[in-house]
Amino acid sequence: MSERQMQYDQTVADRIIQILADQALLDRADVSMDDTLDSLGLDSMGVVETIFAIEETFDIAVPFNANAPQDSGFDVSSVRSIVAAVEDLIQRPG
Amino acid sequence: MRRVVITGAGTINPLGASVAATQKAMRAGICAIGPLDIRDVDRLQVRIGAQVRDYDEADHFTKQQLALYDRFTQFALIAGAQAVTQARLVDFDPDRAGVVLGTSGGGLNTLDDNYRAVYEAGRDRVHPFIVPRLMANAAASHLSMTHGLRGPVTTVSTACASSNHAMGQALATIRAGQADVMLTGGAEAMLCFGGIKAWEGLRVMARDTCRPFSADRTGMVQGEGAAVFVFEDRDHALARGATIMAEVAGFAATSDAGDIVSPSQDGAARAMRGAMADAGLTPAQVGYINAHGTGTAANDRTECAAVQEVFGDHARNLLMSSTKSMHGHLIGAAGAVELLACLMALTEGVIAPTVNHRAADPDCDLDIVANTARRADVSAVLSNAFAFGGLNAVVALTRA
Repeated sequence: MSERQMQYDQTVADRIIQILADQALLDRADVSMDDTLDSLGLDSMGVVETIFAIEETFDIAVPFNANAPQDSGFDVSSVRSIVAAVEDLIQRPG
Repeated sequence: MRRVVITGAGTINPLGASVAATQKAMRAGICAIGPLDIRDVDRLQVRIGAQVRDYDEADHFTKQQLALYDRFTQFALIAGAQAVTQARLVDFDPDRAGVVLGTSGGGLNTLDDNYRAVYEAGRDRVHPFIVPRLMANAAASHLSMTHGLRGPVTTVSTACASSNHAMGQALATIRAGQADVMLTGGAEAMLCFGGIKAWEGLRVMARDTCRPFSADRTGMVQGEGAAVFVFEDRDHALARGATIMAEVAGFAATSDAGDIVSPSQDGAARAMRGAMADAGLTPAQVGYINAHGTGTAANDRTECAAVQEVFGDHARNLLMSSTKSMHGHLIGAAGAVELLACLMALTEGVIAPTVNHRAADPDCDLDIVANTARRADVSAVLSNAFAFGGLNAVVALTRA
């Protein structure tokens, strides 16, 4: 199986965990669904880069404002919430 | 030490095309932020800005001039001509006069247009003057050429602190006796597709408008324009009977040596303290601070904490406002246009407001002159600029 095919077969959660692990310089095994951006040690720049990587990976536009993360309509309070928000954006038509 | 004064001022910015029009808008609390009218705006997520409107370059310059003048150079020349006229700068030694101008993007519109031509449109030829049109020192050089200023001429590019650093350098140049007269300030024209697309990436741009120090703020809004001042050796100004608008009493610059984008309370505090020390001012003498006040949570909270740290009990007495709420963030021209609010405070006793303020932020517990201009008798003011790269520059002015 090609590497590209393997990436394609990964679930949304797998791919988001990989993005977060890359940003946080952690092994992906050390990232759980219950982790938060804080517990992963991501600062504000790390979060902005993570959002960018998510947009590029899934070809979606994530409504995220670093000034008011809680009002962005994109829940970044945990890995689980990010996965859910991305799945929602992928399924949303247009 | 030689004392330095301001004898002329000029501007074109989203609030107006002269100092009088700008200060009138500041007194009225006008917000010039609106929908962006630029090419390919439909491909941007950020679609608001503070543009210089009702502006036709052909009204100001010939076709031959425009071949060499990027929009930021045009703004600088319009502002510079007003400043020189006001200062009645006719009889002076041109070898003892210079320019130090701030800009962050330089000829960004020229760069954007010509990248489009070669990358998007696939053209294999560009106009012969693209390099002299886009270079960051184009505006300073054309000010020098237009007004025959043959002494030290340079450009300072330190992102959002560019014009404060430039004005600090102009002050130092005159104090050091290297020139008697310096045109200084800043010019910026970054409101093009590429200029805004880059800022979008940072995710710090406001959705609705710029609301510095308001609990419901969502970030910064870009502006464009220029302000240029005539800084002059005080004795030189007095000898030729010039009208003195204010004294440039002090300046300080510091570096955070920390994060490339996150602001530092200590760096900001040290710059404010340094400017007061250089000016021989005590904190209690400072009546007004023109804040950096970008409207991002990180800036506003850090800046307010720094003011609390430096001014202690007096922090509650002094007035502080962010005029970026009205004219947007002019990046490399920010400190220059904001100095107009400082001059208004000193010469007219009117403090420009922080408009668009809706809800108090407990982390910004200072008198930020919300929404409505206020009368106040102030004799010393500070103007803050804190740039990406951790570079802080604070100018102190006193009443003439």
